This record gives sequence, structure tokens and C-alpha cells, in this order.
Amino acid sequence: MIEEQEMVGIEKRDLVEMVASLRSSGYRLVQICSTTLADRYEMNYSFDKDLKFRNLRFTVMPGETIPSISLIYGTAFLYENEIHDLFGITIEHMTADFHGTLYKTRIPAPFAVQVPEPQEGAGGTDTEEHHG
Amino acid sequence: MAKKNIIPFGPQHPVLPEAIHFDLVTEDETVVDAIPVIGFVHRGLEKLVEKKDFIEYTYVAERICGICGYMHGFGYCQTVEQVLDIEAPERAVYLRTIWAELSRINSHLLWLGFAADAMGFESLFMHAFRLRESVLDIIEATAGGRMIFGCVKIGGVRRDIEGSVLRGIVTKLHDLEPRIREITNVFLEDYSTRHRMEGVGVISKEDAYNMGMVGPMIRASGIPSDTRQIGYAAYKHVQFEPATAETGDCYGRCVVRVKEIFESIDLVRQLVEKTPDGPIEVKVKGTPNGEFFGRIEQPRGEVIYYVKGNGTKFLERFRVRVPTFANLPGMIRVLKGSQIADVPVIILTIDPCISCTER
Repeated sequence: MIEEQEMVGIEKRDLVEMVASLRSSGYRLVQICSTTLADRYEMNYSFDKDLKFRNLRFTVMPGETIPSISLIYGTAFLYENEIHDLFGITIEHMTADFHGTLYKTRIPAPFAVQVPEPQEGAGGTDTEEHHG
Repeated sequence: MAKKNIIPFGPQHPVLPEAIHFDLVTEDETVVDAIPVIGFVHRGLEKLVEKKDFIEYTYVAERICGICGYMHGFGYCQTVEQVLDIEAPERAVYLRTIWAELSRINSHLLWLGFAADAMGFESLFMHAFRLRESVLDIIEATAGGRMIFGCVKIGGVRRDIEGSVLRGIVTKLHDLEPRIREITNVFLEDYSTRHRMEGVGVISKEDAYNMGMVGPMIRASGIPSDTRQIGYAAYKHVQFEPATAETGDCYGRCVVRVKEIFESIDLVRQLVEKTPDGPIEVKVKGTPNGEFFGRIEQPRGEVIYYVKGNGTKFLERFRVRVPTFANLPGMIRVLKGSQIADVPVIILTIDPCISCTER
């Protein structure tokens, strides 16, 4: 049986409002995860109500911050700390911030987008601007 | 106001042979706050999809956990099959589900043993482990392994179980049922076990739901949430009701797991009766290109698998949200206000699996 799943693309600025709306509708926070794309991250926030699966999705560039939803769903702080430690994404205003100590990884942010090293002789300023 | 002290719990503690640490802030004998620290043995298995192709990764998925490893292999394969748009044959689906329920009985008997040990009831611990051996024997006879089954693959299963062996499993479980009931009656009726569990570590229905708890944790608070109700695998062909309790305490969590052992025995009986003849695998063609959030009900609760393929043999992303990760915030909530002497029993009734959490 294929479970029907609703994937909703949103803007980052709408995240908190939409999550608050789901919370007031009785949805349970199922998980938050990030995926590394070529030059950015894809964020997935999954919810469930009466076995109906709903997923909010948006992308962020390296260096961008994301607002925390831990004031709406208290349990979100664990997922958010995990994303910070594994992907290096800064999440603002978490209710409990482990400051990078939730996971003890040998390589900091092992899932982070790999920014290519600047080529020798290439203009440093241009490269920095290109990668934001 | 009493002076506050911080008592470290773990990362090595006799009640839990896995690495998790809590800073327990206490006032006299009461825990007023609990700060968890995990990540001591984070293995980065999600990252390994970059080096193991999607077929090979089945072996890694089975090694996420030492108890419910089969369930991880099962959930991973089922999710990848959705992305590949292939369906395992019906017989394979039934065999997968039978092994899943045997795995649940194994896990819950293991938990009963650990719970007895945490309460200092050593003879009860030995009885639980003795009975668990009978279930492990069935698993070994059918899958070839006791803990790592190695029998699930993308597109079906690696091993068939003959009809006579399937009927033999039902007979063995039928014989085992009254023996299990003997020990579960002690857990549910003995004065000393009730004294350690009743009214201890209570979490309300509202808190259990709002904190996103899963598995026996949420069902013990009266919410019949069970992912098997979606009807994945062969669950759509069998009758069952999610086991629940109303008390939300350690005793309620024990009641739920005891009910689920007998429910799983009944499910195996139903599944064996309905298992069709036919092939046990289909050929896998192509590579995963797309994504899917799969979910199954493990002994500890709902687990989420996110698979994203890009058309190559290596997945772009594999993510597992295990039940213990979802239950961790609830564990912190339940510890607040408890007595320091009850902490080991409370933590144990949550049945945390750090191996899964540190995937």
C-alpha cells in the first residue's frame, strides 16, 4: 500500500506561521531533516494527524539562518540541534541550544555543502561573492 | 528551598548498557530537571549511503540496531521499493511481516528481562530471557541468524519458509503463550513490581501527544497510535487493535508491551494462515530516482525512513528518525518531578535504544 503523502513547498519566511497553524490544527511533529543539494540545503518538516502525512519543504543557501520552531513544538530542539551539528546550519532562537555539542563528530558539520577551493590566481573577492 | 545538586547519570550505568548521559538536577530526592547528552558513539551511518550502493546498504541498515535491526532492513527495503516503483511478491510481504512480529516478541521479552533486572528481580529476569531464547530459536531456524536476520532484500526476501515450518512456528508460539503469561502475570500482579511501577513516571495523554511521543510510550497514555494501522506490508490483511493503557505510568508501559506480545503471537497465527504460495522476490531494475518518506512500527514505536535517489546507484540522502529520538524530549519531561531512586526504572520503561539514536 502506498501511503499518500502531501508535500507542500513553502517560503522560509512562512515557516513559523504555517507550523503554528498545523499545531493549532492538532498535527504532531514527526521529524525535521535536511538534505544537501548541489549548492544549498533542502529542509523537510514532517507532520502527522490521524495517520495523514504532511511535509513542508523549502531550501536555504549556506550561511542563511532558519527560525526555530521549538517555541511551537517543544520537541523540535533536538532535530534543530542535530541539523546544526551535522549540516552547519544556524537555527535561531532554539529553546535549548547545545552550541554544537549534541553530536561529537570528528569532522565538524560532515553533511555541509562542500564549497570548492578557490582556483590559484582567481580573484578572491569574486569567488567569495559567488559562494555567498 | 532545598539546595540543588547535579547528579550525573551515565554515560555508563548498570541499568542501561548504552552510552547516554543525563545531568539530573535534584532538590533533596526529587529530580527538578534533566539535561540529556547524547552523541558519544555517533556512527554516521546516514553518510555511508555515499559509499555503499543502494543494494549493499541493506546490510548497513540492518546494523543500525542490535535488537530491531531486522526492522531497519525491512523499513529501508520497503521505502526504496516505493522509490523504485516495484512491489515485492505477496509471499515475501507475508514472510517479512511474520519476521517483524517475531522481532517484536523478541524485543518485548528482552525489555521485560531488563525491567525485572532494573527492579532487582533477578529470577524474573532469568525467566524472561529463558523464554526469549525460544523465540530466538524460531528466528534462527527461519532466518539463519539470531539478531541480524539478513533475510530481507530489495524486491523481496532471501529465504523462504516452508509451509510445515510456518505451521511449526504457530505450534511453538501456542506452547510458549501460557509460559509467557506465567511471567507476565508476575509483572502485572506482583506487589513488588507494581510498587516500583504504579504512579511512577506519569505522562498525560495531552503531553504524550504534544511531545510527539511514539510506540508504547504514547499508547500507555491512552492514545491508540500505531503505524501498522496504515496497512503497510501484510498488516492490511490481518485484524488487530493497538494495545493501550490509560495510566501513562511505568506500569501502563509494561501493560502495553505485555499486551503486544500476545497480540503479535495472534498476528503470526493470522499471517501464517493467509500466507500465499508464490515467488519470494522480483528482479530489481534501474536505480532509485525520486524520494519517499517510509514509516513502519518498530517495537519501540514509529520509525521514519527518508530515501532520496538521483538516478545513480548511490542514494542522495538516507535519513532515519528512530523512536528513541522522538521519545527523548518526553523522557526529560517524565524525569522532572520523579524521585531519584525511580530514575533507572523510568528510563528503562521508555526502552531507549541508543544504538538506533546514534545511527
